[in-house]
Amino acid sequence: MTLSFDDVRRIADLAYIETNEEEAHVVLAQLSDIFNLIEQMQAVDTLGVEPLSHAQDVTQRLRDDIVTESDQRERFQAIAPQVEEGLYLVPKVIE
Amino acid sequence: MQWEIVIGLEVHAQLSTQSKIFSGASIAYGAIPNTQACEVDLALPGVLPVLNKGVVERAIKLGLAVGAKINSPSIFARKNYFYPDLPKGYQISQYELPVVEGGCIKVQMGEVEKTVRLTRAHLEEDAGKSLHKDFHGMTGIDLNRAGTPLLEIVSEPDMRSSAEAVIYAKTLHSLVRWIGICDGNMQEGSFRCDANVSVRPKGSDKLGTRCEVKNLNSFRFLEKAIEFEAKRQIEILEDGGVVRQETRLYDADRNETRTMRSKEEAHDYRYFPDPDLMPLEISEAWINKVKQMLPELPEARRNRYVTAFDLPVYDAIVLTATREMADFFESAVKQLPSQAKLCANWIMGEVSGRLNKEGIEISDCPISPGQFATLLERISDGTISGKTAKDVFDSMWHGEHDGNADVIIENKGLKQISDSGEIEKLIDEILIANPQQVEDYRGGKEKAFNSLVGQVMKATRGKANPAQVNTILKQKLS
Repeated sequence: MTLSFDDVRRIADLAYIETNEEEAHVVLAQLSDIFNLIEQMQAVDTLGVEPLSHAQDVTQRLRDDIVTESDQRERFQAIAPQVEEGLYLVPKVIE
Repeated sequence: MQWEIVIGLEVHAQLSTQSKIFSGASIAYGAIPNTQACEVDLALPGVLPVLNKGVVERAIKLGLAVGAKINSPSIFARKNYFYPDLPKGYQISQYELPVVEGGCIKVQMGEVEKTVRLTRAHLEEDAGKSLHKDFHGMTGIDLNRAGTPLLEIVSEPDMRSSAEAVIYAKTLHSLVRWIGICDGNMQEGSFRCDANVSVRPKGSDKLGTRCEVKNLNSFRFLEKAIEFEAKRQIEILEDGGVVRQETRLYDADRNETRTMRSKEEAHDYRYFPDPDLMPLEISEAWINKVKQMLPELPEARRNRYVTAFDLPVYDAIVLTATREMADFFESAVKQLPSQAKLCANWIMGEVSGRLNKEGIEISDCPISPGQFATLLERISDGTISGKTAKDVFDSMWHGEHDGNADVIIENKGLKQISDSGEIEKLIDEILIANPQQVEDYRGGKEKAFNSLVGQVMKATRGKANPAQVNTILKQKLS
């Protein structure tokens, strides 16, 4: 599978990352290298091998359903760029 | 051409836990902004999610209640998209191997039972909230809701009308409350529906292009939105057009759906297994333990009411609409086993009517099932008439004499006159006083009889036993 220039622009759009033409070309080359590696891996016969969903052979630990967190809004908001009325303010990005 | 509507529903049920799905912050509704958003919910660097056992348990409960397969291992995935109220830049959800797979829900369409198959039900976290208010060109974000546990229940496209979709949604709504996994509060967004709607020529077995309609936070909107959307698609097709696959938003104020995003603009979520979460193992032993915790399910109760209490199917459906109502009915029937139908009638009539009027749930009913059963007992043993019982019910509702029907009847002198000697004497007097009616009745005017009964009831202020009055009066007039 080869990645096109348009694919790179589309991925950038989805991730809301601004790219200029030059950057996009660099990224296209880098991503294409990664795709080549994936192609090599995909050539390996994995028939009969159970898909691995996690690299470690352990299972999820669970916590009991108890509220353990107290309100620390002031501490968290002290390091936020901008807050008002208890809200975190972010640039308007959605129309 | 005849068209067939095809509908599948996606329901987001907020799970009734204390804490969030991956953090120990509270999910209590209506808190001051950002006071229930901890490091994990804010996605501060270095934090890790730890799965809440209560969340998994609730998903297992639903799986068992709908006869689904419980997957083990079950896997969590990252659903990537950009939105200001999604601090991590992805939502933890499930893609492959959701906790619940398959199963079905039986819905009662009048007297006909229909089966709606479920595709899956998966766990995920809710996002935060963006506030629409303008903060000098910035957006305000409240992350209290971020990380609230949701179970997304996805049905197969098995419904064929808006009415069927509503009944399915109501049945599911009742079920999640019944098994205690979701409070079902639609105003607070605890139970939200999205509908996938398509149309096709009747008789065709090929699915048409579907549109997903979002933002349906009441059963009425669900019905209206589906009707509007189906009509819209039929009009396009009849004009020779093509339905575009897209996500549409329902606008309740204008009763229409409109494009939110088309397939081309659709998100590419780039799902992949979340490396922060290990595969979830659900042991047989755990499943069995949850099975023990499940209450008798609505369907089983419905059937039992029909067979054991000889109730009509309709009554059984109404009484099992909520577990609280079914419990109320059963407690009352326990005290009055021979009068199940009387109990049913009163709960569906007087009790439900009063609850609706006051806008409260049966769990908050001021009359206990025991007190209620005592009242009905007095009807069935002839102490009071059904009509008087309604007045007693009213007094009980207001807590008079601690809701004790017997004391209220005694104190207000409402006891029915069942002494036939006394009634006979009274009837004799009334017959003498009303010779015209007597003559009319004997002359074949049935109405005159009712007028005489009315006179007797009036003279006793409604306390004469109506059945007895009828019998004695008939004897006297024949």
